[in-house]
Amino acid sequence: MDLSIFSEYGPRLLSGFRLTIICWLLGTVFGAALGLLIAVAQRYGGRAVRWALQTYIELIRGTPFLVQLFLLYYGGPMIGLRLDPLPAGLLGLTIYGSPYFAEIFRSAFRAVPLGLIEAGRAIGMTEMAIVRRILLPVGLVSALPALINFSIILTKETVILSIITVPEVMYQTQYMATMTFTYLEGYFALALFFWVFVEVISRLGRRLERRITRHLIERT
Amino acid sequence: MVEASSVEIRKVNKYYGQFHALKDIDLSIPPGKVTCLIGPSGSGKSSLLRCINFLEEYDSGEVLIDGQLIGYETPGGRRMAPRRLRQMRSTIGMVFQQFNLWPHMTAQENVAEGLIRVRGMRKRDAMERAAEALTRVGLSDRMGNHPSRLSGGQQQRVAIARAVAMDPRLMLFDEPTSALDPELVGEVLNVMKALAAGGMTMVVVTHEMGFAAHVADQIAFLEAGELVDVDVPSRILREPEDRRIQSFLRTYHERNLI
Repeated sequence: MDLSIFSEYGPRLLSGFRLTIICWLLGTVFGAALGLLIAVAQRYGGRAVRWALQTYIELIRGTPFLVQLFLLYYGGPMIGLRLDPLPAGLLGLTIYGSPYFAEIFRSAFRAVPLGLIEAGRAIGMTEMAIVRRILLPVGLVSALPALINFSIILTKETVILSIITVPEVMYQTQYMATMTFTYLEGYFALALFFWVFVEVISRLGRRLERRITRHLIERT
Repeated sequence: MVEASSVEIRKVNKYYGQFHALKDIDLSIPPGKVTCLIGPSGSGKSSLLRCINFLEEYDSGEVLIDGQLIGYETPGGRRMAPRRLRQMRSTIGMVFQQFNLWPHMTAQENVAEGLIRVRGMRKRDAMERAAEALTRVGLSDRMGNHPSRLSGGQQQRVAIARAVAMDPRLMLFDEPTSALDPELVGEVLNVMKALAAGGMTMVVVTHEMGFAAHVADQIAFLEAGELVDVDVPSRILREPEDRRIQSFLRTYHERNLI
């Protein structure tokens, strides 16, 4: 095992780590935001809106991420959508994650007891205020475990961005491994990185969960 | 307190699919009085109550709050603009069987929410007003608690404070004590009695015959979607003419003798 390569390629790997974390974070945030928008629109939209969004969900969920990414990155320029690798990757992650997030939010909204919403209506609140003040905060509590779970799945999807040459950690490791033939050391370090990364997210997630459900479980 | 509302229900019909839930209901609810709706389960009393603030949409007929039609522009016409409906609802307080407090807010925040979002009060003033409302229902020491840390009776009193803080002219109660342990029923009924004594128009769906007998000014008996009779408690409860009321009361008494 040759560890000296890490001192030489350390900076590259480090910048790869950083970019992976950024891609994951932005992909999760944007994907969740888009998913939330979809779920709210599905709940309040008319029949046409609901149908269009359901079709979108089925289409994205029914196709591989890599295929979506190739369509966006290589197919995009043919219809005038010319994106650099990183923006293409982030857009791809956002789109890829959005239907899963949308489904998480949709089912979380359905789990909010109707009575809580009727209490808002009875008092004269606008539907907008009901979404913001009741549906979202109450729904988020039940959605949180599923949200964290899917965001963990997304960490591992980020490696696919290396295929369209986004210089994230997979890309950098591949580069190092091919240059130095250190496949074992390189990919072992990569696996270790993801494992630690996911562990951190899941611990933070559990802590967050405990924090926001504190007022619900003090008394049973 | 602002002046009390009257409610006029005329020829109201309500269907759930094929099921005829309310049949040509006519009922006058005078201002400042307590009207109890009683009857067996599934008789339509909750549906009727929920038609009054249009949480339940009636299919034909009229529900008038102080002479103003709720839910529709004209009888049998188009749906009323959401803004006007919200405005009307904000003067009608509602208390639910399951309390329906918002679990992520403290008692005080629950009460302040409507004042902030609907009345447009500043948060500080709303919280102050909420504190007063909670004090009136005997919960001044529980204002910072979330619903999960309150007993059922306390939760229902918060729910009443939440409705009352809005200065309603009419209060609707949908089986307010049915989800409570027997020993907690009294505290909620006492708060309701105090409200009634203050001259609030109240419509109460209830199985508490004691409350109906002592607090109601009139009792309406429903069965199978029909309004069987409306009268003062003494007549409905002591000398009912209709056999359906007699048999309902008989079952009720038998159950409570044990």
